[in-house]
Amino acid sequence: MNLHASFTYRKVVDRMMAGVCAICFIAAFIPLVSVLWLVISKGAAGLSWAFFTELPKPVGEEGGGIGNALVGTLYMVGLACLIGLPLGVGAGVYLAEKGDGTVGQTVRFMAEVLSGVPSIVIGIVAYALVVIPMGHFSAWAGAVALSILMIPTLARATEELVRLVPGSLREASLALGVPNWRTSLRVIIRTALGGIVTACLLAVARAAGETAPLLFTALNNQYWNVNPSAPTASLTVAIFNYAISPYDDWHAKAWTASLVLLIVVGLLNIASRVLTRNRLKGAR
Amino acid sequence: MAEAAGHLAVKATEDGRPGSGNLGDRAFNGVLWTLGIMVLVVAGLIVLNLALVARPLAKEHSLWGFITSTEWNPVEDHFGALTFLYGTLVTSAVSIVVSVPIAIGLSLFITQFAPPKLGRILTIPVELLAAIPSVVYGLWGLFIVVPWLRESIQPWLGKHLGFLPIFSGPPIGLGYMASGLILAVMILPTIVAVSVEVMKTTPEANREAALALGATKWEAVMMAVIPYSRAGILGAVLLGLGRALGETMAVTMVIGNSPQISASLFAPGYSLPAVIANEFAEATSAVHIGALAGLGLILFATTFLLNAGARVLVTAVQKGPKRVSG
Amino acid sequence: MTPAAPAQAMSQEKPAPPPPTVAQQPPPATGTDTPFKVEVHDLNVYFRTNHAIRHVSLGVLPQTVLAVIGPSGCGKSTFIRALNRMHDLVPGARVEGKVFVDGRDLYARGIDPVLLRRRVGMVFQRPNPFPTMSIYENVAAGLTLNGIGGNHTEIVERCLRQAALWDEVKDRLKHAGTSLSGGQQQRLCIARALAVEPEVLLMDEPASALDPIATAKIEELIHELKEKYTIVIVTHSMQQAARVSDNTAFFYLGELIEMGPTAQIFTNPRERRTEDYVTGKFG
Repeated sequence: MNLHASFTYRKVVDRMMAGVCAICFIAAFIPLVSVLWLVISKGAAGLSWAFFTELPKPVGEEGGGIGNALVGTLYMVGLACLIGLPLGVGAGVYLAEKGDGTVGQTVRFMAEVLSGVPSIVIGIVAYALVVIPMGHFSAWAGAVALSILMIPTLARATEELVRLVPGSLREASLALGVPNWRTSLRVIIRTALGGIVTACLLAVARAAGETAPLLFTALNNQYWNVNPSAPTASLTVAIFNYAISPYDDWHAKAWTASLVLLIVVGLLNIASRVLTRNRLKGAR
Repeated sequence: MAEAAGHLAVKATEDGRPGSGNLGDRAFNGVLWTLGIMVLVVAGLIVLNLALVARPLAKEHSLWGFITSTEWNPVEDHFGALTFLYGTLVTSAVSIVVSVPIAIGLSLFITQFAPPKLGRILTIPVELLAAIPSVVYGLWGLFIVVPWLRESIQPWLGKHLGFLPIFSGPPIGLGYMASGLILAVMILPTIVAVSVEVMKTTPEANREAALALGATKWEAVMMAVIPYSRAGILGAVLLGLGRALGETMAVTMVIGNSPQISASLFAPGYSLPAVIANEFAEATSAVHIGALAGLGLILFATTFLLNAGARVLVTAVQKGPKRVSG
Repeated sequence: MTPAAPAQAMSQEKPAPPPPTVAQQPPPATGTDTPFKVEVHDLNVYFRTNHAIRHVSLGVLPQTVLAVIGPSGCGKSTFIRALNRMHDLVPGARVEGKVFVDGRDLYARGIDPVLLRRRVGMVFQRPNPFPTMSIYENVAAGLTLNGIGGNHTEIVERCLRQAALWDEVKDRLKHAGTSLSGGQQQRLCIARALAVEPEVLLMDEPASALDPIATAKIEELIHELKEKYTIVIVTHSMQQAARVSDNTAFFYLGELIEMGPTAQIFTNPRERRTEDYVTGKFG
């Protein structure tokens, strides 16, 4: 603080820097508005029942849709949840209840650091774990990749949520003669459950939006597929393929498919927010 | 006497954990422990499998040779990572240079200058930015940002600053600059989220002391908030950098996929994740796949170190001001 | 109601050691003819190297209220938490000595701390109803979490009546447990503790977080509960101890200094330190 500078000067600097910071907000806001606006305006035209339910048509032919890709995404994300949600939430509960020793600290460190591993690297791991032994691409491989991505973030979020539950609740339950493990399950985790569900929804939203790890695990499929051992289409890979193609009508499909993806991801995010609000209503 | 009263002394359970003698508790603790260990197992699997897939590469290439060669020849199975390392570093550098000042300014605005209620609302657009999938950013980049660069920005830069090597060459839109800019948008939420958290932990007392001395808001920020949050903000930047390094889809779609090194930001190039994304599915020879996995290992190691470093910095700020300030 | 016979203050002399015994069943007893519901013999509690409770011995007659008073940090809470083995949960805590309830030593081998806590219940300083449960579910929690059957509806009503809360909540049993006022929440916690049918009720400063009106209601409640239960209450308010208890134990720096009928402790204490405390010279 330069006390020799005139007060007016310092005030001007203050106002200016506040303005600069406000401009930074605008600068961040512009891309957001641009992306959302363009996806909606360019993508809405292509929305139709056919788009949701039909298989993709070959180049040049009218119509066709992303039905199989949408089903594929839902299917693989569902499979990934079966593996990723229990492991992620379970690891988080472990860290909250027993995670203060050396093992716990190592697990916590690993969870934090693993959450930053690029998703494409996880794709290579899933390739090695599933595609090589199976000999071909499959939905399983894609699901495994997505589940590995879910685990670290879920574990950290769950740990935080469980730790937030006041210790007095555990004492109250134990004082009623409830064994510790039942207290953990039916009192502590139950209290944290709302937050955990929110964290799971966010993890699912993230998994639904992933592309890179699916490129060489689930690959792609022009047809309907609910066989986990076969290659499977996905919404994100479909967008990618449409976008980098040289055909204009496929570019239009890319925008529409993006709109569908944003709607799916958006609904999951909204659901997680709604749940948070409901949890707090009525209770003091 | 004393010994009779004490001979039935009972210790609280050995390890202090409640009721671990109880069967239910033991089973529950066992299940929890297994689930916790799974994280370590996953980490081990990642490293192990990357190494396994990359092994054929090691037969014909030394580590140093791999890192320093620009050759990428699937036909003769000679590979080098340098082109992609360069591309990744350049795009990440551009993204950091563009994103960090805006992110810090935005974080300061949210935590210091805006009224608290507005600050809370302002985090929503940031969260929305974070929720947009990477492939959608790529689509937007390909059809909006690239033409914008090609038709407006790059010609202007070429005309006025074309003597600088980084702004030389034909403005085609695709390339390092496009990737860097889109990456900047994508890593912004990460840097802002962590910076906001760190700035919020600045003890109010520090700020108030500065204000009580007659400082303006900005001066209070420079005197109290920035010095305290410095390490944490650096951690946030490292996290953002880690994200930039590993970002695949958006970069793949706008970088031009051209395996060459160029000094100009206008030029097309290639990045580590982009080449893996483009070639892995169709690579046939074990060495080719091994080379791609080797690139993956480099990515893994780099992001691992960055995230570990970031974590140390961020937790240092949250633990003790003594270790951080001034 | 049994007259409040003077409880023997056994802190002045080491008690005659109970006959040493090897058999686990029946557990070593001070004899079934003991007049005390709760009997403490030479209790010592350590937190790592900190000797927090030193050689405390006392007895509590059935259906009486014992108030535990003393300045902050004198070990009042530590003492009553030793009576339901809550220290088992604290890493580094060590308890030596014996605590008898109806002649059975709670710290004997083979005694399950989880089960004993149903016989010795506890109410805490801050009301802590379970936030995800309704009023009904909160009271029944001790039953449902332990898988105890029976007519829960009847038990819930009975306990809420015993806790003097029934009339206020009978129409909103399904509302969240946390939707009640502080005083009501504390009575809810008392009802919850009563549902598992304890015989002894430990109360750790149950009214210290409440306003004066809620406090008065809790004290009135204790008068009623005394007819069925044996109560040990920790309080930092001497006036409350005087209003509520039959006998009072004064603790200082982890030791039991004096114990006797409440009236005697407050008007004619034997120990100098007791007198200093009750007359307000310190604490």
